[in-house]
Amino acid sequence: MRQMLAAMLAGLMLAGAALASPGPEERMEDARLEARARALYDQLRCVVCQSQSIDDSNAPLAADLRAVVRERLLAGDSDAEVKAYLQDRYGDYVLMLPPVQGNTIALWLFPLVVLAGGGIAILVFVRGQRRTFMAGDDTGEGDDARARALSDEEGLS
Amino acid sequence: MNRLFLFLPLALFAVMAAYFALGLRENPGEIPSQLIDRELPAFDLPPIQGHETGLASADLAGEVSLLNVFGSWCPPCAIEHPMLMQISRSGVVPVYGIDWKDPPGAGTRWLERNGNPYVRIGNDAEGRVAIDLGITGAPETFIIDRAGRVRYRHVGVITEDVWEGTLLPLVEHLQAEDMP
Repeated sequence: MRQMLAAMLAGLMLAGAALASPGPEERMEDARLEARARALYDQLRCVVCQSQSIDDSNAPLAADLRAVVRERLLAGDSDAEVKAYLQDRYGDYVLMLPPVQGNTIALWLFPLVVLAGGGIAILVFVRGQRRTFMAGDDTGEGDDARARALSDEEGLS
Repeated sequence: MNRLFLFLPLALFAVMAAYFALGLRENPGEIPSQLIDRELPAFDLPPIQGHETGLASADLAGEVSLLNVFGSWCPPCAIEHPMLMQISRSGVVPVYGIDWKDPPGAGTRWLERNGNPYVRIGNDAEGRVAIDLGITGAPETFIIDRAGRVRYRHVGVITEDVWEGTLLPLVEHLQAEDMP
């Protein structure tokens, strides 16, 4: 049973890999350029199907964008120049990873701020707990008096 | 003092809820155009099958104009089409078209069937001009001023409301503008 499930899963994964774009007809002759193209596809957003990279997307526009990437690489562009070329047309949205800059700094720093805030809160809480514990009148005098008062009330002693 | 401190999470929650509520009103799918107030990228497209003239960016200079990107394969374009016909008939502003990624002859047949609102049409079979324009889907419509700069982009169907409420007032405003 478990083996069958594993086989089915493997089959599904292979099918997924076979369906994934870009197709073999898009492969570049120069293996080094192909590797750079692949890396770039993964960093560029498909502007129609926005949560996918153009590497993942089967949309015709994604195929067109991949063609542009290859064309720019063949024209001798650096990776940064290829990205700048598309950024010039589609803006920062075309990058899967938002660049660190003025209008995105809050986005990048927010998790750190939350983490630091949580850390400080825990620290303050723990230190406060320790202080009440330490400062508590554990000389026993107060406790004895209170205990006596309580037991008197209930008429025990 | 310490008691008030207990309300901190509630206050934080309120702030975040308000922030997210505002965020819900936005449309994150709409990618802002990079072309606003920039010159229309230069292009020179061939005509579609059966037409004499294509469309070059230079054709749009000197007059406020509408540039509409469409395709016969695009269902919303068919919904938008009667509105474009109406705008064209009104004569308020010339409408230019870019036939985006249509197989040969498909655009021509589509226009024969539905009417042709365009003064001139360029055939962008490979979709390269569309990428230069930052197109994310069809239909998209640009308003170009007399100096040939892009002043507005509308993503999606031009409805009666969009035309009356947004595009027409802007066109009239730009037409009244002095030639820069």
